[in-house]
Amino acid sequence: MPIQYYIILSLSLFCIGIVGVLTRRNAIIVFMCVELMLNAVNLLLVAFSKVHYAAAYLVNKATTTGSEAQIFVFFIMVVAAAEVSVGLAIIVMMYRNVHSVDVNFLNRLKN
Amino acid sequence: MNAIQILFWFLSALALVSALMVLFSKNPVHSVLWLIAVFFAISGHYILLNAQFLAIVNVIVYAGAIMVLFLFVIMLMNLNKETEPQKNVWMKLAGAISGGCLLMILVSLVRQAPEINGKTVLLKSGNIGLIGNLGKVLFHDYVVPFEISSVLFLSAMVGAVVIGKKD
Repeated sequence: MPIQYYIILSLSLFCIGIVGVLTRRNAIIVFMCVELMLNAVNLLLVAFSKVHYAAAYLVNKATTTGSEAQIFVFFIMVVAAAEVSVGLAIIVMMYRNVHSVDVNFLNRLKN
Repeated sequence: MNAIQILFWFLSALALVSALMVLFSKNPVHSVLWLIAVFFAISGHYILLNAQFLAIVNVIVYAGAIMVLFLFVIMLMNLNKETEPQKNVWMKLAGAISGGCLLMILVSLVRQAPEINGKTVLLKSGNIGLIGNLGKVLFHDYVVPFEISSVLFLSAMVGAVVIGKKD
C-alpha cells in the first residue's frame, strides 16, 4: 500500500478535527476533536514506521528499525490519557461555575 | 483488489464517515459513540499494519478508558440533550473553509513531494509491532522516559483531584 494513502487519510482526519475545534461551541466536543487529531498523528507515525522497517528489512533481516516510532505513539497515548483527566476536571469545574460548557462564556479575560 | 486492500478501504471509509458524524451529531452522547467507532477503525488499521500492541492499547486506553470518562462527564452534567447553542453560520463557514484550505494545501504538498514517491507501507508482516520487541526496546532504551511518565500520571492525578474538588 503506498504511503500516500495513509498520509491523505491522516490529513483528512486531522482536518476534520480542526474544523470541529473551529466550529463547535460545546467544550466537550472541542476536546473530543483534539483527541481525533492526536489519533490521526498516531496513525501516520505507525505507517511511517512500517515504511522505514520495510526499507531496512531488505538490508538486514533482524532489524528493529521503526520500533522507536511505535514507542513514541505509546508515549503519545500516555500523555493523552493524563491530558484528558486534567482537561475533563477543568470542564467539570467550568460547568460548576458558569452552569454551561459553552466556550463562548470563557471570554471574561477579554476586558 | 485483494482482501488487504478491501479492508484498508473499508476501514478508511469507516474512520472518515465516523469522524464526520462526530462533527455533525447534535447530541454529545452520539458524538462520543461515533468517536469510539473512529478509534476502532484506527485500531483496525494498526492490526493491518501488524502493530498489534498499539492496536490493543488503543482499544483499551482510548475506546475503553478515555471515552468512558467522556461519557461519564456528559452524563454527570446531564448534557445529553440537543440544546447546544450554535455558532452563527458565518463562523461555521469560516471554520470549514479554513480547515478545507489546510487540507488542500497539505494534500497538494504530499502529491508533489518526491521523497515519498514509491515508498510502500509493509502490511501484514514485520515483527517490530509485536509486544515482545516493543517491550525490549521500551525497557532497554526508554526506561527513563517510562519512569518519567509515571511521575506525569501522578501529577495529572493530583491535578485532577485538586481542580475537581469542591471550592
